[in-house]
Amino acid sequence: MTSALPAAVKATGVDKVFTGSRGEVTALAGVDLEVAAGEFVSLIGPSGCGKSTLLRLIADLETSTGGTLEIFGKSASQARQDQDYGIAFQQAGLLPWRTVRDNIGLPLQLHGQDKRTRAARVDELTALVGLDEFVDHHPDQLSGGMQQRVAIARALASQPRLLLMDEPFGALDEMTREYLQSELTRIAAETQAAVVFVTHSIPEAVFLSDRVVVMSPRPGRITDIIDVSLAGERDEALRESPAYFERVTAVREALHGTHVDRPNER
Amino acid sequence: MTTRATSIGWGVTGVLAVVVAWELYKYLGPAEGVTVGDTGDAGSGQIILPRTHDRAMPHVWSMIVRLFEPTSGGDSPALIVSVAAAAAVTLGIAVVGWLIGVLVGFGLSLVMQRWRLLEWGLLPWIVVSQTVPLIALAPVINAIGNQIDRSGTPWPQWLSVAVIASYLAFFPVAVGALRGLQSPDRIHLDLMRTYGSGYWPTLVRLRLPAAVPHLLPALRLAAANAVLGVVVAEVSIGMRGGLGRMLIQLAGQGSSDPAAPWGPIFGAVVLGLIAAGSVALIGVGLKDYRRGEATS
Repeated sequence: MTSALPAAVKATGVDKVFTGSRGEVTALAGVDLEVAAGEFVSLIGPSGCGKSTLLRLIADLETSTGGTLEIFGKSASQARQDQDYGIAFQQAGLLPWRTVRDNIGLPLQLHGQDKRTRAARVDELTALVGLDEFVDHHPDQLSGGMQQRVAIARALASQPRLLLMDEPFGALDEMTREYLQSELTRIAAETQAAVVFVTHSIPEAVFLSDRVVVMSPRPGRITDIIDVSLAGERDEALRESPAYFERVTAVREALHGTHVDRPNER
Repeated sequence: MTTRATSIGWGVTGVLAVVVAWELYKYLGPAEGVTVGDTGDAGSGQIILPRTHDRAMPHVWSMIVRLFEPTSGGDSPALIVSVAAAAAVTLGIAVVGWLIGVLVGFGLSLVMQRWRLLEWGLLPWIVVSQTVPLIALAPVINAIGNQIDRSGTPWPQWLSVAVIASYLAFFPVAVGALRGLQSPDRIHLDLMRTYGSGYWPTLVRLRLPAAVPHLLPALRLAAANAVLGVVVAEVSIGMRGGLGRMLIQLAGQGSSDPAAPWGPIFGAVVLGLIAAGSVALIGVGLKDYRRGEATS
């Protein structure tokens, strides 16, 4: 975190107000957040706390209405055009008519890479996510967990320094989920990419992250940032360790703290 | 393979059912039909059940036998030969009409997808256009064609027929392709945006492939419409050589030769099947784009 690289994400006083037919809705108010290069940060909070909105602002899929947002020292729009980040959503969002190979290669193809460079990169990526045998399958022949792995490989295709993930394991069963969490920590370590990870799940946030950002709704804002700082490798043993449970409790308490004055929300 | 055999079986059953229903009614129904409110004057009253005598409803087998008898007596070729020749003319024009219709319809869908304002402005007119009776439109287009012809640019009569047919063919393509181009999910559009890809790459890599499942049925409808349009237009502007004109001629002699008009009617049915079948062949080559489609 002391590297000379600019922060992967630097948000200062970011606001987002949606103007709809029923007036204005403040989705985010005064969000300050810095994500260092190579850091894994989770955003957690109840529905409507603006965590997905914050991710979409970073991805330049929405535009902030106030404050400044810098990605690697650039505007979000510039960072998007420079392919500084890769993104994965809750649905895999694969193109059904393309094989696994062509889905992973799609961003590369759109950026004019020739077929041979593309094939080499796709081979690396399928090895990374463990799908070598399935390159010529179509998405409808894959399980939900495999589809999500293809989506992660696609997000990594352009070798981004930042990975944005919006509840990527939210639709998967618990077993697949835990397996992919372990895979993701390994991939993040191998690629040295910073990760901003939106989730509903406290254990998931603690297991994956260096820091957990706790948010609360109406207006969406950051209420707490918890340093997880669990040393060492994130393996299955970690899930049983007292330190892990301690952090889970800390995050839960931080989330509940935002709940006390709003008992009607979950 | 068994499902294929089953579907063929059902297809044959459907055709046989129509034949059986026809012959059954002909056997059971009253020869002069049933007329309500007949005052004794010729042509008075409402026919509520059609006549069943041989001039009104020839037997199915007489229709088939008639196909192999001379078209107009003497040495003239068998009816089926004349029908085939006329059908070839009609099919050729229908192909041209289909191509014009597909190009126009697809072009319209592209601009409507690109500019929402054009969708709001154009789509109602496209729908209204199909309520204009083809019979009313055909002479107008023919007259315009003649004007162009007279002013020096050759405009053969068949081209007017093709244009009229395209008027029916463009509609399903415009509507179907528009729905298809608009069909990609939000997540896919978001992804394309994160790749920084503009209108054209998004069109080629996402919208067009996603439109295929909507486009194929539209093209099939357009093909059937083109055949129908050509037959009607031939009748309406009096073009010789095709099935439409032949149908009118033979129907005129219907009381003396009741089975003959069924020749060109069968011809039109076969043409419709050929047209729709050819489009189905296009779908075979595009089967990867039809993954996730519930049924063909």
